[in-house]
Amino acid sequence: MNKNSEINTNNKNTFLTDYCLHLADNSLILAQRNSAWCGHGPILEQDIAITNISLDILGQARNFYQYTAEILNSSKNNSSAAVTEVTEDSLAFLRDNREFKNCLLVEQENGDWGKTILRQFLFSNYQYLLYLQLQNSADEKLAAIATKAIKEVTYHLKWSSEWVIRLGDGTEESHQRITQSIHELWPFTEEIFINAKYENELTEDKIAVDVSVLKDAWYKKTAAIFAEATLTIPENVFAQKGGKHGAHTEKLGYILAEMQFMQRAYPGCIW
Amino acid sequence: MDKLNIQEKKVWDILENIMDPEIPVLSILDLGIVRKVEVEETSQMPPELNIKVFITPTYTGCPAMDFIESNIRQVLTENGFNNIEVIHVLSPAWTTDWMSDAGKQKLKAYGIAPPKLTQQVCLATTFSDEDDVECPQCHSHNTQLISRFGSTPCKALYKCNHCHEPFDYFKCH
Repeated sequence: MNKNSEINTNNKNTFLTDYCLHLADNSLILAQRNSAWCGHGPILEQDIAITNISLDILGQARNFYQYTAEILNSSKNNSSAAVTEVTEDSLAFLRDNREFKNCLLVEQENGDWGKTILRQFLFSNYQYLLYLQLQNSADEKLAAIATKAIKEVTYHLKWSSEWVIRLGDGTEESHQRITQSIHELWPFTEEIFINAKYENELTEDKIAVDVSVLKDAWYKKTAAIFAEATLTIPENVFAQKGGKHGAHTEKLGYILAEMQFMQRAYPGCIW
Repeated sequence: MDKLNIQEKKVWDILENIMDPEIPVLSILDLGIVRKVEVEETSQMPPELNIKVFITPTYTGCPAMDFIESNIRQVLTENGFNNIEVIHVLSPAWTTDWMSDAGKQKLKAYGIAPPKLTQQVCLATTFSDEDDVECPQCHSHNTQLISRFGSTPCKALYKCNHCHEPFDYFKCH
């Protein structure tokens, strides 16, 4: 291998691991957020539902982290320096705020049940469209993870869509509350459909999904569900972005502080 | 049958007795979790057997997978196999179509409605018709979905309007 192509391979690998981390972080942070409902859901069945969803997306995160670790470890083996092995756990528990590449939407606070539901709907709507395409990724591992996960994401989308309708078209109070949540969360939706550098670099090789093309279908579905829910999509909202590059809202720090505490305080602890 | 085939058959027979930790009436073979077994001889003298067991999760986040893996290792070790590799595969994705007919009967006898014979996959359309599920207790079809998410990722919660018993339904996937 000559030097130039070696550099290219290294770059490609970095883009791929960044992309995997982005997908993993999206799922992990939302799973962590949702799991806070365990034991606090409005009724038992829905408590079980939201924590089931948490478990599904945590599983996706694990798959993406394991794959990232595999790539990172194999590229390290090529260099002479002995470095500590990367694992799914070190990626989840030992990276800092700026290294997380999740979109801002998933780190937003749970709020009331309506806000959690709405966040899940906005996200599942995107994830469903994403995995539909990612199933055809030129990267076999990503394709396999997506093919497996899309069956589960279909349930998440159906369930959260129904809840948005139920709350929007429910009582005056539920309507007013979810409307408030729409105004709080809408600024974080635009970012999802702006390709980050790692996405741009990988779409040509058909490894990553070009997220900009998903926006129309996402908007259409959102509009249809909102119409049924008698809710309105806000207009002229200033879009917040930066999460996909590591610039997060202040919320993420609090999530990490809680999630990573044990491994930071007692490195390597298992139970 | 050559020697390796005999050993492979032996491995399958052992795996038949490993039960799913959440649904202890089903073996991991009934569920279709074990996709392949490979038995090879090492080149050293005397040769040893290398066993590879390929397993696939029912659901992405199924927490039972790590437990099943350690069970496979333990039981095969107890049966005298030493070099065991358990490999997790995701593709092709697991489906309830892989559940054996015997497995479906055992599920029903255990009180869990088995997945329907004709695959009815979840669609994202809202408030659409639910699977017509037979009550495993009284066999009435007058049943109602309570929640699409049940005690484990693979089950939904139903109730029977005839005998009024709640029950789990192993959903099509």
